[in-house]
Amino acid sequence: MPLYHNDDQAMLKDSVAPFVAEQAPVSHLRKLRDSADATGFSRDLWAQFTEMGLPGMLVPEAHGGLGMGHMEAGIVLEEIGRNLTPSPFLSTSVGAVAALAKAGGTQAGRWLPAIASGEAIVALAIDEGAKHRPDRIATTATRAGNGFRLDGKKSFVLHGHVADMSIVAAKTDGGVTLFAVPKDAKGLTADARRLVDSSLASHVTLDGVEVDSDAVIGEVDAGGDILDALLAATRTGAAAEMVGVGQGAMDMTVTYLKERKQFGKLIGEFQGLQHRAAHLYGEMEVARATVMKAQQLLDEGSEGAKLMVSVAKAKAGRAANLAVREGVQMHGGIGMTDEYDIGLYMKRDRALAEYMGDVHYHIDQVARMNGY
Amino acid sequence: MSDLDAFRAEVRAWLEANCPAEMREPIREEGDVCWGGRNWVFKNDAQKQWLEACAAKGYTVPDWPKAYGGAGLTPEQTKIFKQEMKRIHARSPLDSFGIWMLGPALLQFGTEEQKVQYLNPIARGEIRWCQGYSEPGSGSDLVSLQTFGEDKGDHWVVNGSKIWTSYADQADWIFCLVRTDKANKYQGITFMLFDMASKGVTTKPILLISGNSPFCETFFDDVEVPKTQFIGEINRGWDVAKYLLGHEREMISGGGAGGDMISIGGAFAKAFGKNAAGELDDPILRAEMAAFDVDVFAYRAMGERFMDMWKTGRAHPASSNMMKYVGTELNKRRHELVMSGGGSEALEWDSEETKGGARARGWLRTKANSIEGGTSEVMLNVIAKRILDLPGA
Ligand SMILES: Cc1cc2nc3c(=O)[nH]c(=O)nc-3n(C[C@H](O)[C@H](O)[C@H](O)COP(=O)(O)OP(=O)(O)OC[C@H]3O[C@@H](n4cnc5c(N)ncnc54)[C@H](O)[C@@H]3O)c2cc1C
Ligand SMILES: Cc1cc2nc3c(=O)[nH]c(=O)nc-3n(C[C@H](O)[C@H](O)[C@H](O)COP(=O)(O)OP(=O)(O)OC[C@H]3O[C@@H](n4cnc5c(N)ncnc54)[C@H](O)[C@@H]3O)c2cc1C
Repeated sequence: MPLYHNDDQAMLKDSVAPFVAEQAPVSHLRKLRDSADATGFSRDLWAQFTEMGLPGMLVPEAHGGLGMGHMEAGIVLEEIGRNLTPSPFLSTSVGAVAALAKAGGTQAGRWLPAIASGEAIVALAIDEGAKHRPDRIATTATRAGNGFRLDGKKSFVLHGHVADMSIVAAKTDGGVTLFAVPKDAKGLTADARRLVDSSLASHVTLDGVEVDSDAVIGEVDAGGDILDALLAATRTGAAAEMVGVGQGAMDMTVTYLKERKQFGKLIGEFQGLQHRAAHLYGEMEVARATVMKAQQLLDEGSEGAKLMVSVAKAKAGRAANLAVREGVQMHGGIGMTDEYDIGLYMKRDRALAEYMGDVHYHIDQVARMNGY
Repeated sequence: MSDLDAFRAEVRAWLEANCPAEMREPIREEGDVCWGGRNWVFKNDAQKQWLEACAAKGYTVPDWPKAYGGAGLTPEQTKIFKQEMKRIHARSPLDSFGIWMLGPALLQFGTEEQKVQYLNPIARGEIRWCQGYSEPGSGSDLVSLQTFGEDKGDHWVVNGSKIWTSYADQADWIFCLVRTDKANKYQGITFMLFDMASKGVTTKPILLISGNSPFCETFFDDVEVPKTQFIGEINRGWDVAKYLLGHEREMISGGGAGGDMISIGGAFAKAFGKNAAGELDDPILRAEMAAFDVDVFAYRAMGERFMDMWKTGRAHPASSNMMKYVGTELNKRRHELVMSGGGSEALEWDSEETKGGARARGWLRTKANSIEGGTSEVMLNVIAKRILDLPGA
């Protein structure tokens, strides 16, 4: 497969890009933020996403979805990133779908069609502290009656307070197990906090939450592979969204360089700024190629995917971070104002950078996977 | 089986039968690279055999048309061919400025006669070319070059000097930028070809900081060049030169991140030892190496995407400047880490164990990567203007 979008993918991009830009530009985020919206995204917009079939892109056709791949999902995520669109697409349509489709069984049959039809929002309750450490899950699931009893605390759960179901990773006697915990489960509470990028993420408490044994996603103790699939998909998706954020910030900045005059010249004429902008362009292009490669390897089910996913999250993290920092700096004083959009890009980048492993986490993974 | 699968199987079988075991070893020193040419002395029989086998099949230049010594492969087939070469760690059968630079320019601008005449010997490794662009006063600002060709009817008489001409002392022919109209800066340069054995051509080696000397000053003293030996149009050599530089950058950036691009940290873990957690025993260097690995694996993806797009005409024409910039800066970083990782051993300059200070010399050589073929600063200028369309100059 060549590493550029084929005709079908280019067509998808041609329909998704204007749609997101028109329906959910940065002003959409501002409106939600300024109205102190308590959901974290617009249900109306999600309904429009559903009309276009987007929530079920990755859902297998047998479950009512479009059966597309990560390359296609990445196209949507990049536009979401470019427009800073608040949406449950990444957690629900990418992360949750990857886990459920991998696991199959009852929970897949129950939730995949609901995701495809836009009815269900799913949250991913994996992390338990300030940093992403999925190998240190302390939440426990102990056998109780016909099912399990879950105890623990989860953090940074996007959409946790509104999700119809949360995928909870917990320790069982012989390994890790994933559970589908419905919204109304007794003992489940979600304390939503507003984050720097105006999104809402929850501290989730599982206080003796009882679930039936068929809440298990896949098999008991065998959640490791499913969790890996979830993480690979979500990390790659986050990387794609970061490419969008970085690209959006870079485009704004390059445009500004061509408009703003100081010292009797357009500031884009100063070589000091030209070289930094050109360097940024190179970093963004490399990041984009890397994310596409990770998507392609995931879609092929290749063994090399795991390494490339970490490379992509790290590289996109570095590039997008450079884009937003240069963006604010090159806008001068106006870049520091709330009224101007560039600062919003910086905020979203910070949140995405932290999500599912920051740059350092993934660099460390790359070292480990290479045996040092 | 699809056509491409069948092709892959065919290439695989051919390589198995034709690539000698000695040619599946990593390049270790300068002599391992086969440059060909009238005076080439093969390092061993395997090098000769490998070149001849590939040349006969068109595999020294797999994507050139068969009529000019290539194998006429499509972009997809070429990619497969390269993958299969890489899979068995096969050495390139022939490296040359003829393949990388002059060939593509001839394919684009040459007459049918010129293509047949010049491309076949390049493909077979019979004629080795060098590049005469830079002059003492014209480096980044190449278009200011002064070497002058005076019109004498059926020939030019060329006078002037070039500098940094890589391997001029070993090359058979030179492709050269010569001013043929003093009044016109851009449209007064002709792209000429001539034999380095012509009367009036002399070369003088330049010693580099690596202690090696593959470069020369090249002097032209009343050199006669027949009027048939130019490419493109007279006085429009700049168009050819620019096109060719794109390919030069593509080539430099391709090698930029260092051959197979295996993990650098993995290679050094042995030298340092590991701590109880199985990590390289210098946390700061480990982190730098891992960050570098990320960039290398990322650049490899970029290289693949760039080639896929370049070969199908999807890439921005100036994107080779970006590849050159990113790739060469990365290669310099690699060699800084190689020196750190090697410690005091990497400092040895001529001991046998270090193969004559290969690491130190290699490290110093890479400093030229961001100078040769256009400096990093000039690459950034080009990206800023041609891709980002920033104003000024
Ligand atoms: C929080 C804050 C508080 C402030 N408080 C005060 C205050 O109390 N009083 C006051 O008078 N001002 C104040 N300022 C204004 C401040 O001094 C200006 O923002 C600053 O001088 C930059 O000017 P600018 O914002 O117009 O950016 P611009 O001059 O438009 O610069 C935009 C970008 O172009 C770059 N650039 C401009 N010229 C060149 C050049 N020749 N070569 C290379 N790059 C160039 C800049 O570095 C910047 O990255 C404040 C600004 C901020 C952000
Ligand atoms: C190993 C090696 C092999 C080479 N092989 C060949 C060869 O085979 N044939 C051949 O013709 N040439 C060859 N060259 C020459 C090479 O192309 C030139 O060295 C190169 O173009 C730079 O020119 P210069 O050395 O004159 O540097 P200068 O142009 O003098 O540049 C000096 C410094 O100023 C910077 N600079 C210059 N202009 C600008 C600008 N507008 N904006 C910002 N910064 C600027 C440069 O980036 C550089 O850092 C080779 C060079 C090397 C080192």
